[in-house]
Amino acid sequence: MNDELTPEEKEALKHVASKLESFEKQRGNLIPILQMVQEKLAYLPTEAIKIVSEHLEIFECEVYGVATFYNQFRFHPPGKHPIKVCLGTACHVRGGGIILENFERKLGIHAGETTPDREFSVEKVACVGCCALAPVAIIDETVHAHMAPSKVEGLLMRIEIEKEMEERTKIKDESGR
Amino acid sequence: MNQAGNEKIDQIFNGIYKEAEKRRNEFRESPVPKIHIGMATCGIASGALETKKAFEEALDEYNIEARIHTVGCLGHCYAEPVVVIDHPDSGFPPIFYHEVNAGKAKMLVKLFLKEGDPRFEHVYGAMEENDLIPSVMEFTRFNQEKRVVMEKCGRIDPEDIYDYIAQGGYSTLVKALKLDPDEIIKEVQNSGLRGRGGAGFPTGRKWELAKSAGEQEKIVICNADEGDPGAYMDRTILESNPHQVIEGMAICAYAVGAKKAIIYVRAEYPLAVNIVTKAIRQATELGLLGKSVLGSSFDLKIDVFRGSGAFVCGEETALIRSIEGYRGMPRHRPPYPVQKGLWNKPTVINNVKTLASVPPILDHGADWYRGIGTENTPGTAIFSVVGNVVHAGLVEIPMGVSLRSLIFDICGGIPNNKKFKAVQIGGPSGGCLNEDFLDTHIDFDSLTEAGAMMGSGGMVVMDEDTCMVEVSRYFLDFTQNESCGKCTFCRIGTYHLLKILERLTRGEGEDGDIELLETLSKDIKEGSLCGLGKTAPNPVLTSIKYFRDEYEAHIYEKRCPALMCRPMIAFYFDLDLCARGCDACATCCPVEAVFTTSNRKKGVDQELCVKCGECMVVCPPEYDAVRKVSPPHLVPYIEKPPEKKKKED
Repeated sequence: MNDELTPEEKEALKHVASKLESFEKQRGNLIPILQMVQEKLAYLPTEAIKIVSEHLEIFECEVYGVATFYNQFRFHPPGKHPIKVCLGTACHVRGGGIILENFERKLGIHAGETTPDREFSVEKVACVGCCALAPVAIIDETVHAHMAPSKVEGLLMRIEIEKEMEERTKIKDESGR
Repeated sequence: MNQAGNEKIDQIFNGIYKEAEKRRNEFRESPVPKIHIGMATCGIASGALETKKAFEEALDEYNIEARIHTVGCLGHCYAEPVVVIDHPDSGFPPIFYHEVNAGKAKMLVKLFLKEGDPRFEHVYGAMEENDLIPSVMEFTRFNQEKRVVMEKCGRIDPEDIYDYIAQGGYSTLVKALKLDPDEIIKEVQNSGLRGRGGAGFPTGRKWELAKSAGEQEKIVICNADEGDPGAYMDRTILESNPHQVIEGMAICAYAVGAKKAIIYVRAEYPLAVNIVTKAIRQATELGLLGKSVLGSSFDLKIDVFRGSGAFVCGEETALIRSIEGYRGMPRHRPPYPVQKGLWNKPTVINNVKTLASVPPILDHGADWYRGIGTENTPGTAIFSVVGNVVHAGLVEIPMGVSLRSLIFDICGGIPNNKKFKAVQIGGPSGGCLNEDFLDTHIDFDSLTEAGAMMGSGGMVVMDEDTCMVEVSRYFLDFTQNESCGKCTFCRIGTYHLLKILERLTRGEGEDGDIELLETLSKDIKEGSLCGLGKTAPNPVLTSIKYFRDEYEAHIYEKRCPALMCRPMIAFYFDLDLCARGCDACATCCPVEAVFTTSNRKKGVDQELCVKCGECMVVCPPEYDAVRKVSPPHLVPYIEKPPEKKKKED
């Protein structure tokens, strides 16, 4: 996986560094700061951890220790289309695990990973709070209710087709000019 | 507090109340139809945003004037998105519609709002008694509930503080500010309120301990770090009626003498975080929080802290560590947080439901609260009933109701004519109870006696198709992952429990595994510091106790009686029933394991099959040809014809 920062991410990192100044140098601010960084960058790259540790004057390993403890923080960039499969109790009882497996198989990655082209990432989440619709998967921001293995393929195909159509119109526009 | 001070509080609050009343009357008396849409996370997940958009577009299209009132969640998740339409001109009472998608929304605007026809086939019930439409109160799902904490949920706009005030909100805070803190604590003690976070510690006693810590700085924390993967009532309360929680916090802070309060909400609940933050801002602007609350000498600042997703942080000492900026690991108690908590200051930590119970208690009095529920556990309990149950959702019932009436009367029983098998209460810390316990009365003590616990209030109903070994494995997988790693027994013990259970569900169980699970479980319970480790083996212990035969079938017969553990089952097609030439199963199979036999019926390539069960779902009911068996060797051999040459050309 390519974990190098993209130019946009470098820009965002600079923004993060300037925003850090508004936080007091208190240990209690560590988690709010990490949350802020992840909001801007979508994950916690090594460079960001370094900046945070310098700002709060604590060791990098301390920052990692705290960040890895909590489920919220991620250390790899998520895909352009993050897929979250609910594995709360109700979804589990109704076969959420099978849905996750289908996504993993179709995309060739495991939960918590991102496809090499950074298009998709698959994640397990615990209860998104619509248990009556179980099993549930969230792609981008849309909740897909009553998931079934055959729906997985259709959903992924739709994203592919939409992408292709977008590219086609782009080419058309460019040639039109 | 002196007379003049009291008058000042009344005077300031009356000003706010008058404004709220004015707004409410203006809304109520306006002749245009009102559309109330439930917009909490569950509603949005079911498509409430699209529904709202569809209403707006349709109102524009037909040029109808109406007011859209976004409310929180009523708790009827099975019916989401829920819409209540109040159309006074039509002569009908306010009507409750369920599962209102965008299409239904447009139809209702055209036919009901424009033409006055409420479309009876879509009506769920009327919101009040009347002669035209049966009221929802005739349904057991509505009339068996007793709403104390969730009374206003789904009826008010959580983002408008005036909506809450007009319904009597914050009047209890006014009442409290005029009382002596000791009187408030006394009243809470008399009410018998017990902490709703799971352990059931008397709330009044906790407050008293904090108060007795003297003049030093104190902190009140509202624990909304709801980690159970099947419970979401704290989120719903914060999203639907945040002000009741804030009012409860303010009363608590006043009673114990704290000037600082924190709401610890999971970051995974973005909507709840936003709504609570907004609610605090609104309350501060009106002078209900902040410096000198309502002109009294009481100051209170409430902050929101977003928890980063660690189940163990629901434990109070771990939660404190997490706010301090460390790994959320519990520490030894005593000293209890009421003695030495956040930043070593006396800290009162109460659950969302506990704090939200406080305003109604002070409002109606301790005796009224004692009248609800049972002798030892007065009040109500909120459960999120999910799983194989018809009317899933949040239910608030008085303590003492039996499990049978909760599951079968209120929540409508098990769908698809299946049989009830077990109910799992209390999430990953709770236990599984079988049919024999259906007449158990719900309260802290009887549930603990039965081997389950109140815990988070998550309740998963399971039908005959659920494998208890697999469910234990699921919960262990969760707790193992969430164990903070401090205590060896919890860290390594749960790992081994999980590994044994994984083996069992793979069909690799050995003689003696059940006994090993039992001893290991007991050791983990004894050797762990906090509630997580002490309760993590509960799902295993209770399921062994009540469903031992299932464990034995897994180990000795390599068979999963519920046909759920996938390595132990196999699918095949009953060739007598399979229709010639039907391709439903072959097209839906995600791994192309279904092949066509020489006589154009279907067979399953057992090596390719991932056992997702999709073919069973799509097989047309008139054929119903797919069979599931355990152990897998019971599958009859169906010959696979040699690969056709088709691929070559």
